[in-house]
Amino acid sequence: MSQHTTEPAPAPGQPASGPPTSALDLAEEFLDRSTPLSRIRNVLHRYPAISPAIVLVIAVIVFGLLNDRFLNPANLSLITQQVAVVGTLAVAQTLVILTAGIDLSVGAAMVLSSMVIAQTSVNQGVPAVLALLLGLIVGLAAGALNGVLVTRLKLPPFIVTLGTLSIFVALTLLYSGGATVRGGEMPELLTWTGSTFDIGGVNFTVGVLLMLLLYVAIALILSKTAWGRHVYAVGDDPEAARLAGISVNRVLMSVYLTAGAILALAAWIQIGRTNAASPNAGAELNLDSITAVVIGGTSLFGGRGTVWGTLLGALIVGVFRNGLSLAGLDVLWQTFAVGVLIIVAVSVDQWIRKVRK
Amino acid sequence: MTIATPAGAATETRTPVLQARRLVKTFGRVVGLDGVSLELYPGEVLAVIGDNGAGKSTLIKCLTGAYVPDEGEIFLDGQPVHFKRPQDARAAGIETVYQNLAVSPALDVASNLFLGREVRMKGILGSVFRVVDQKGMRKQAREQLTSLGISTLQDVTVPVENLSGGQRQAVAVARAAAFGSKVVVLDEPTAALGVRESNQVLELVKRLRDQGIPVILISHNMPHVFEVADRIHIQRLGKRAATITPESHSMTDAVAIMTGASQA
Repeated sequence: MSQHTTEPAPAPGQPASGPPTSALDLAEEFLDRSTPLSRIRNVLHRYPAISPAIVLVIAVIVFGLLNDRFLNPANLSLITQQVAVVGTLAVAQTLVILTAGIDLSVGAAMVLSSMVIAQTSVNQGVPAVLALLLGLIVGLAAGALNGVLVTRLKLPPFIVTLGTLSIFVALTLLYSGGATVRGGEMPELLTWTGSTFDIGGVNFTVGVLLMLLLYVAIALILSKTAWGRHVYAVGDDPEAARLAGISVNRVLMSVYLTAGAILALAAWIQIGRTNAASPNAGAELNLDSITAVVIGGTSLFGGRGTVWGTLLGALIVGVFRNGLSLAGLDVLWQTFAVGVLIIVAVSVDQWIRKVRK
Repeated sequence: MTIATPAGAATETRTPVLQARRLVKTFGRVVGLDGVSLELYPGEVLAVIGDNGAGKSTLIKCLTGAYVPDEGEIFLDGQPVHFKRPQDARAAGIETVYQNLAVSPALDVASNLFLGREVRMKGILGSVFRVVDQKGMRKQAREQLTSLGISTLQDVTVPVENLSGGQRQAVAVARAAAFGSKVVVLDEPTAALGVRESNQVLELVKRLRDQGIPVILISHNMPHVFEVADRIHIQRLGKRAATITPESHSMTDAVAIMTGASQA
């Protein structure tokens, strides 16, 4: 007869447990035996957006000291505009990564959507609102394709979106013939996202405002609705979610469809920001959106993170790129710095995940 | 095959809450269950023990909808039921706490208790915007934990991954007992726990019974089984070898029946 009262290997789906608590007295379990370092780790674990917030504040102070022009309202405005498209795409990316997936195709699908918006409007004379609607349909179709492949064929999201990335890039070039549509030819509504308004001496574009509204909406949905909890639960432990009665496939499908709708919004913002729709734009956006999410403290293992962290992550990348170029460094050092940021962010995530009582 | 009943005639006259009659389940040429019957009476803890491969898991999976038996019938409150999926069994009031716990580590205690059954706010916030009633769920979660005497878990906003193994088990059990369930099935609830935590879980099992919820407890651990069970169903080679009580038989007897060294 076997006695199972010793500490066996942790059950699947549970993180490895720390020191055995079995021998501890009931009260002792709640005594604060933590070191300052582990206390910091506990706080970071509970509020994953804190570390990117600290990084952002330090970066702004350092770059502000390095160059007077950095904190200039015009420059700050420029940073927000540079961040708007990646920041929007990163919301879609956050949703997918929260389910322990990844979307390598989000930028390519956005470019396809923006080309459809611009070309149907300019070449086929489709009314602007309808053109935007077509862009939305393209986004939803891209999301649906990814979602179906992930949920029905049970393929890993990495492989699915690596494939659809190529498909969307090819479709974009086939459809557009490689030609850029300039903003001047488009109806005003399509470039409206690039128009500016003034708040306290800082210029904001409509695109930036739309991005911020999207963050508020998705943050509320994730924290206040059952769907939001289910997204976290599915990313955390799909088997546990299924046993709790959640339809894992439906949640995944809805996440990819939402990502599709968001990338269509990003397409509109992109047209306004660059005042053009170019089939060659946005090759770097797939990875940049992942960078923003990762630096923002969302775990690639799923189930952990917030969109606010992602916004901070996108701003950090924007601030570093802008600050380093103002400091007169070669553009390549910006890319170098972003690489270092990613590795540091993931290391911090790993360290935080080791948290125990 | 002998079926010893604990309180004699008193038990037999009651209708079982959950009853299985001559369940058969085969996997190809392997016979998992060979005509097994089981009765769970109101307000009792029924332990199911048996060696590996004796058909414990298969029996439980048939009762909780994870498997569909090839033959035999299952009755809940005297009514025949046919479960095709685990969700069917749950909808009928049979809640299972799985060995791997099935909790979401990153979600807090209250969210886990209500996972998949979130309560929405009243009015337009809930109906149109589908906002969940976080405050209400936390209050209910606290009440549920208190009623089960889980005093070490009063902060329901703590992520489950910050809890000890015993506390996680408590969360899983509390969830199973939370929604007007008729039967709670616990699959090896103490297998991954230390001594003190095991005792807490056993206390919890007794408290469930005291609240009138009958419990089926699958376990390898004889001392635990003999501590909490009212009756013990012994599986052997796909059949019910005996149903005994801790009073009628000793642990050694139970092991002997389980291994086939003696008949009940």
